[in-house]
Amino acid sequence: MKDLIRSLTECFGPSGHEAAVRELIRREIPRGWEARVDALGSLLVHRAPGGTGGAGGRHGGTGGTGAAAGRRIMLAAHMDEIGVVVTHVDQKGFVRFGSVGGVMQLPLLGGRVQFAGPEPNGSGGPTGVIGLEKVDDASRVPAMDKFYIDMGASSPGDCPVNVGDVACFHRSFEDLGNRLVAKAMDDRIGCAVLLQVMKELDASPNDLWLVFTVQEEVGLRGAGPSGFGIEPEIALSVDVTLTGDTPECAPMAVSLGAGPAVKIKDGGMLAHAGVKDWLFSTAQSASIPCQREVLVRGTTDATAIQVSRAGVPAGCLSIPSRYTHSPSEMVDYGDVQGAVKLLVRALSEPVELHG
Amino acid sequence: MLLQRLSEANGVSGREEAVRAILLEEIRGRVDSCRVDRMGNLIALKKGSGGSALRVLVAAHMDEVGLVITGAEDSGVLRFATVGGIDERVLPARMVWIGERRVPGVIGMKPVHLLDKGERDRVPEARQLYIDVGASGKAEAEKLAGKGETVVFATEYRTLGSPAGTGAGGDAAAGAAAASGPGAAAGGARIVQGKAFDDRAGCALLAALLTERFPFDLVAAFTVQEEVGLRGAQVAAWAEKPDAAVVLECTGANEVPSRRDLSPSTRLGAGVSITIRDASFIADPRLVQLFASTAREKNIPHQYKQPNIGGTDAGAIHRVREGVPSITLAVPARYIHSPAALMDLSDFEAAAVLVREGLERLPRAFPG
Amino acid sequence: METAALLRELAEARGPAGYEGSVSSIVRARFGAATPDVRTDALGNCIARLPASPIPMGTASSAGGAAPAAGAPSPAAAATVGPAGPRPSIMLAAHMDEIALMVTQIEKGFIRFTQVGGFDPRVLFGQEVVVHARRELPGLVVSVPPHFTDAAEREKPVPLEKLFIDTGLPPAEVESVVRVGDLVTLRGRWAELAGGYAASKSLDDRAGVAAVVLCLQEVARRSRAWDVFAVATVQEEIGIRGAITSAFGVAPDAAIALDVTFGSQPGLGPQESVKMDGGPSLCVGPNFHPRLFDRLVEAARAIECPHQVEAIPGASGTDAWGIQVSRAGVPCALLGIPVRYMHTPVETICLRDLERTARLLAETICRLPPDFSDTLETRDALAGKGR
Repeated sequence: MKDLIRSLTECFGPSGHEAAVRELIRREIPRGWEARVDALGSLLVHRAPGGTGGAGGRHGGTGGTGAAAGRRIMLAAHMDEIGVVVTHVDQKGFVRFGSVGGVMQLPLLGGRVQFAGPEPNGSGGPTGVIGLEKVDDASRVPAMDKFYIDMGASSPGDCPVNVGDVACFHRSFEDLGNRLVAKAMDDRIGCAVLLQVMKELDASPNDLWLVFTVQEEVGLRGAGPSGFGIEPEIALSVDVTLTGDTPECAPMAVSLGAGPAVKIKDGGMLAHAGVKDWLFSTAQSASIPCQREVLVRGTTDATAIQVSRAGVPAGCLSIPSRYTHSPSEMVDYGDVQGAVKLLVRALSEPVELHG
Repeated sequence: MLLQRLSEANGVSGREEAVRAILLEEIRGRVDSCRVDRMGNLIALKKGSGGSALRVLVAAHMDEVGLVITGAEDSGVLRFATVGGIDERVLPARMVWIGERRVPGVIGMKPVHLLDKGERDRVPEARQLYIDVGASGKAEAEKLAGKGETVVFATEYRTLGSPAGTGAGGDAAAGAAAASGPGAAAGGARIVQGKAFDDRAGCALLAALLTERFPFDLVAAFTVQEEVGLRGAQVAAWAEKPDAAVVLECTGANEVPSRRDLSPSTRLGAGVSITIRDASFIADPRLVQLFASTAREKNIPHQYKQPNIGGTDAGAIHRVREGVPSITLAVPARYIHSPAALMDLSDFEAAAVLVREGLERLPRAFPG
Repeated sequence: METAALLRELAEARGPAGYEGSVSSIVRARFGAATPDVRTDALGNCIARLPASPIPMGTASSAGGAAPAAGAPSPAAAATVGPAGPRPSIMLAAHMDEIALMVTQIEKGFIRFTQVGGFDPRVLFGQEVVVHARRELPGLVVSVPPHFTDAAEREKPVPLEKLFIDTGLPPAEVESVVRVGDLVTLRGRWAELAGGYAASKSLDDRAGVAAVVLCLQEVARRSRAWDVFAVATVQEEIGIRGAITSAFGVAPDAAIALDVTFGSQPGLGPQESVKMDGGPSLCVGPNFHPRLFDRLVEAARAIECPHQVEAIPGASGTDAWGIQVSRAGVPCALLGIPVRYMHTPVETICLRDLERTARLLAETICRLPPDFSDTLETRDALAGKGR
């Protein structure tokens, strides 16, 4: 799975420019699953109950004739990553930018960004270095408009980028053994998990929709519309969450290496009690270590899906991640594998939600 | 002139009736059907001439930012709150019109002679200010303006001279288009001043657009309550289920001189603005490509709005149901959301041409 | 049923946002006394349906307490619809969730927590709480005692990160009983004050729920032309989530939300609050349909119900905001029940205001003519002069 994670994280895909990620994912979809792209660009991948291959339509069989009646279940992982967008090219060819998604100032200085390029995965485009104006008050974090990108140009004429072009962080994937580091783990790791689930999942009584959404980082914009179209009975997002296990960090009871985390609450939603219990009991019966997650700030696609139409019982399985929204997001490979195992087990069986 | 009538009408978010009435009269001979929904959106259908099964929504919002009366005091002054995003610094010492009857009032201000040092350095908040209508007591004030009545800046529409220095960069194409455009007088006064160009300019464009018939069904939505959260557009898009949407707006141009080399977002005289992304949505790349290439091929002056700034009805429309590919085209104006904005009519005309030409070609961008 | 007893039962019940089960059972029983058709939807909203009164076949009179409005279309059309035909429906919404806390971490037996919904954190310090763990544990919200903090720190409210819950139990026991994600509610106590006033936690918005229960009781006894959906919504405090989803499911033709509003208290200006004991506030502003407002005013005058008017310039911060943009739009109104000290454990209400709210709501509903919904939009604006 590490190669898949590497390819996914190295893809170019800031919010609004997910095409390269989508194409890579599409090529990885195993047989038996059918894919289509919706109006905003999310990739909806479907397999009807039974696991015999998806000729099933959108509402393919949720009722069962026997004891094992399946449900229509939607899983969502987002394809987009945070990045920057060119807002102005000044007279000397320096580029001013705005954020695409939740970019924080601290990780920027001296960083490199890369604009869209000719390679199939979107790489190979022009790169630049992030600089900073003189700082008057060293005790405060400078505002975003004090930064700029140096593309090596000396005027707007020889600047290789234009207003509106977007770039992602330019950083390569690193395998530290147990730990994997890359930009865009948020949420290519979720995409990798969903692909792996597709590969490992045998027969299932459930009507499964695995959705690779767009524009999560700029406001969960792709998830709501794709959920609206699917009308799931249960929804789960698979996304990263923070940890509380680094020096003098904000307190949080989640650590790298202790397993995937079942979300109870985050900044946008409360997980449906029945969905959360379903995940906990699955973990327990499959002996998969998992953690209990309360995230104070930040949220996932599940928040948008949960209020779709007349409401959807929704939850989230999280991959703990350090240095989130920096170019070096770190996850634990064991946690990732645990997430795959938990989801495969959960989706293979009929689901009874309580509460 | 339609733009003038629209600009001077009172249509603060939630009370758009006067604007709607003007627009209804303007478009009734041009459309196949027309309705007013429960939120007050004015929605008209111009059926396609055939050749395309697409359903395209074109939207402009009728409401403007303003104030609302929250109560009267015993002294006879009226208290108010802001509706939509108004910079509170523009409020003190302003003349206003209240309600349908346009009751005149002034937002009072403590004379500078009597300010203490601390006060001089602070911007009074809206809730510290009041409107004086000349009433001597609470009852008289309430007769003139009840709770919930809306208030607009008392700005009349005016035509000013051409921009100093022929607009940014002296774009020859812009100059040529301006000189030959329908509104150009010899030596042309092209700059107009008024309130609520955001988004009466868009409404005027949409009303004019309805004289055309396109190969596809065109749903024109004059929406309500954009300024308080893109509200009318959301329900209009829900009901009309478009395949694509084009929002016509008026967007800010920040050309006040600065020492820093920064983007003005848009410029007067540089043509119609195309949004690539703003704070509320990311334009569908096919639509950006469609309008950009149309503008280039037809020599329509155009510019790209600075990304990430502001929000429009497209922010609500694109997320409705299963999603709607959307774009916003806008006329630049200086000082939007203030009592008086400035707009260059050559940009307005460029917008009219681009939206028409782009829509003609839209079926190619969305085949099938 | 007695107003104070009803309100107390609702207010004392536990129902943190997302976990409204306890209060939901009470609401279900109370709604159930007025109508057998009560269900719970996917997110936990409690929805009761009280159908319109059957119209006797062949009569031309409209059901409902009021004469048809002058110039209104003849109700003959309504008379041909039998009891099973579709009637316009009105949705009443009051939220049953309350603000609460949630355990985020356990550190040496002390419990760290986050808010579920917006507390004024200043009221937390020193409060008695209940931790809903494997069993219910009483606790106190604590921080470093004042003797051990410096003067500058004591002048500022204690930040959330420095607050803990102390249950008094040894760490090992806390770890075995309490888990990350457990809910914590404030131990508010009901108190009847003088003059018909009462104080409790969670009057926001159990007062609204109580008003809906009382209203439903009355409407069930009277004739009405509209179906009534009474909804006790969930998760209002974290984003009006239950209102959004229940409105979609119910798809009403109109809606009236009930929530608490700021009752006058020292320190609040006249534009920031409404009078206590002056009746509910009827709201005007972009969130509300002027015609529905007019119906409320008309009903209030008819029964001589004291009421006030509140102008809200934008988002109302209530369920009405979510309901208004459901589907193709829902005309909304908002009734505000004056409450002091909102979002503290000592929210204070005048019980007469609660009763007035319920009566006004019932009167308005029963007076709605069958064709009122049609008057709220213009299907053909080209015919004759537009609105």
